[in-house]
Amino acid sequence: MLGLNKKDSKFLLIVIALTVCTPILLQPFPEGSGLAQFNAGYPDLMQRFAIYGIFAIGFNILFGLTGYLSFGHAAFLGVGSYSVVWMYKLLDYNVIWGLPLAIITSGLFALAIGYVSLRRSGIYFSILTLAFAQMSFNVAYSVLTPLTNGETGLQVYTSDKQILLGANEPNSPHLFGLVMNQSAKLNVGDWVFTFNIGYYFCAVIAILAFYLSLRIFRSPFGLMLKAVKCNQQRMNYTGLNSRPYTLAAFVISGMYAGLAGGLLASMDPLAGAERMQWTASGEVVLMTILGGTGTLMGPVLGAGFIKYFENIFSKINETVLHSWFSWLPDGMEDAIVWVLHFFVGKGWHLTLGMLFMLIVIFLPGGLVDGASRIREWYKNRKGGGAASSETSTTPAE
Amino acid sequence: MSHIKTTRRGVLKGGAAVGVGLATPTFFTSMANAYTNAPTGGSVTLGFNVPQTGPYADEGNDELLAQQLAVAHLNGEGDGGCLSTFTSKALKGNGILGNKVTFVTGDTQTKSDAARASAKSMIEKDGAIMINGGSSSGVAIAVQGLCQDAGVIFMAGLTHSNDTTGKDKKANGFRHFFNGYMSGAALAPVLEKEYGKDRRAYHLTADYTWGWTQQESIAAATEGVGWETVNNVLTPLASTDFSSYIAPVLNSGADVLVLNHYGGNMVNSLTNAIQFGLLDKQVNGKDFKIVVPLYSELMAAGAGENIKGVFGSMNWNWQLQDDGTKAFVKSFGEKYGKPPSNSAQTCYAQTLLYADACERAGTHNPCGVAEALEGFEFDGLGNGPTLYRADDHQCFKDVLVVKGAENPTNAYDTLEIVEKTPRAQVEYAPDHPMFAGGALGDCNPGA
Repeated sequence: MLGLNKKDSKFLLIVIALTVCTPILLQPFPEGSGLAQFNAGYPDLMQRFAIYGIFAIGFNILFGLTGYLSFGHAAFLGVGSYSVVWMYKLLDYNVIWGLPLAIITSGLFALAIGYVSLRRSGIYFSILTLAFAQMSFNVAYSVLTPLTNGETGLQVYTSDKQILLGANEPNSPHLFGLVMNQSAKLNVGDWVFTFNIGYYFCAVIAILAFYLSLRIFRSPFGLMLKAVKCNQQRMNYTGLNSRPYTLAAFVISGMYAGLAGGLLASMDPLAGAERMQWTASGEVVLMTILGGTGTLMGPVLGAGFIKYFENIFSKINETVLHSWFSWLPDGMEDAIVWVLHFFVGKGWHLTLGMLFMLIVIFLPGGLVDGASRIREWYKNRKGGGAASSETSTTPAE
Repeated sequence: MSHIKTTRRGVLKGGAAVGVGLATPTFFTSMANAYTNAPTGGSVTLGFNVPQTGPYADEGNDELLAQQLAVAHLNGEGDGGCLSTFTSKALKGNGILGNKVTFVTGDTQTKSDAARASAKSMIEKDGAIMINGGSSSGVAIAVQGLCQDAGVIFMAGLTHSNDTTGKDKKANGFRHFFNGYMSGAALAPVLEKEYGKDRRAYHLTADYTWGWTQQESIAAATEGVGWETVNNVLTPLASTDFSSYIAPVLNSGADVLVLNHYGGNMVNSLTNAIQFGLLDKQVNGKDFKIVVPLYSELMAAGAGENIKGVFGSMNWNWQLQDDGTKAFVKSFGEKYGKPPSNSAQTCYAQTLLYADACERAGTHNPCGVAEALEGFEFDGLGNGPTLYRADDHQCFKDVLVVKGAENPTNAYDTLEIVEKTPRAQVEYAPDHPMFAGGALGDCNPGA
């Protein structure tokens, strides 16, 4: 269907089903139980899952297919956000104006940066993109402050023009009256599920973005990009000019990043310069590697993994730890809490770093690799080893 | 295993089903509460959103201690702290409106984006009804805007930018801390008396809303007493080494360096300035001086010896001798073994003020709470008689001018109080040019 073969269609349907059910899947523990701390089914985080999923999918088109490691993708994220907030300020809160602009401006940015950076490959390319991104960050942070409002971040003031603003128009981002931060709650027993308009808006776009990347992966263009990753020199010797392909991949992935940035501002009408900092660029690299470079589903999983840690683990404080271990004798409780508090709360980076190391060392293919190993092990056990590695499928691709 | 056969009809059906699925949420009705996160089940959740990492982490962690202490006092644990000295007697130590107070914490990372994400998760996931915290004005302004949209009360922690209750003021946001204008108004007369009328000042300024407005305020106030502003250089918030910014000061002909820096920034820039020997120099026939307009105990501790004799201003200091201060310092000291900083005090006071406003309003509804806070006059929290002005939700109270202690007697005796500037001297009209351009708007109860 939709120009996909049977396997891919099934894969896409599974992704759609998962995305639609996310508010339920992420809320496995009943409200009020001790484990409710680990629930992630609240609008802000679900939106982030979808948005950073898009960001990582786009990054993967460049990094996963061509092997060009860009360290500057956060710049496009920021450009997208600024575009959307400016549309809020000038026109009105309808996201329909800002999002296309975000894609266009980030595409232009990517074209300019890519045109220069892609003259080099390998580490030089990475450094060039990093330099451009840091430049963009500094420009947004302290030079173009009338345009970006510097560290405070660009936001909408009541004194802004907003020329299209109608009398009864909602006072926060919306799509033709569908207000992004509105949600409906469904109580089932002790469980509370939140269905948020903003999340579903992001989810629909994420599915479209996913579908597009699936098509790119399967297209002759995608094959060309894979050839670049395989051996660019040989490709050049055969008389093919590979630069238009890499540049196109760079621009496409920049536009994905711009779209993600635009969506961030669509959910929360603020654009800060720190969104463009190199740490944000590094984050998307981590997401992709953690999930599985070059796989379709991997980057999305990686994005979810990192955002989950950032938002859930960072909120476990010592008081929470004490309440978990209060059944232990006093001295032991304190000792355990003392050890654990390095790994939660503000120490969530440490936990994430250790998990990242473990995954990179033992599962070089990322989370997707892990899943396929489990599946293979299961298959071998069931089929008594009949299903050899030849018939086993590489997942997600 | 059966294959899924896809036909055009099947796809259309599937698409329709997905469409219905997506549309379903809009058919559910929202919760029937009158306001966001109305407390249920006998407990009320407060969100403490402070920087636990980044240049202001020390301040943030101290704020967190004070906030936890406030929660204990509200629930009737510990010695009750300022509940006994507070002039409003609505709080009884049985939580807020009979609801036990619980709290959640988050890390702002001193970044607007991260702070908003953290505040959002507190509001959406944990059901926080009030957000308290800060330590960076950029963050405070960003979170204040979020709270306005979400329909919860924002009780600002340490935020010193004029914009928080000026250009960016919001109906749901309240600030107990003082601001850049007040620092300027309090410092200028003291600086004039100590250093004379004929001085040339060089400003190094943290490049964000707080730095900008404080620099503007200090420059205006010092120019008012006859000083000249030679130059103003903006430095990124994330800087850790300021040598390259200090070197040009020597050749600028300035004889006073004003460091509009805070937290880790100020510790580093002051240390750099001392290393360059600025304080040993003589320029224009006068001793070179350094001024740090906004001080805190934690910065003083971080800068050590270097702050001797350096002037600055503060919202509050633990060495004050009124009953409110004594009660708070005793309570904090007994629990954590050190005196509180002024950022800790402002968060403690804000938490109590919020709880008290709920009690007096008889509701957690943000609009009721805001009404109870507007124009509220109180005393006994350590700052002397204080007014929460209705026009801009800014507290007016005495401001302290302090300087680095010349002969500290112990590790905490780093600052000495030079003058307690009376409230009348730091007051300004709500439409003062430095605060103009914004509007409170209407209070938003959410839901």
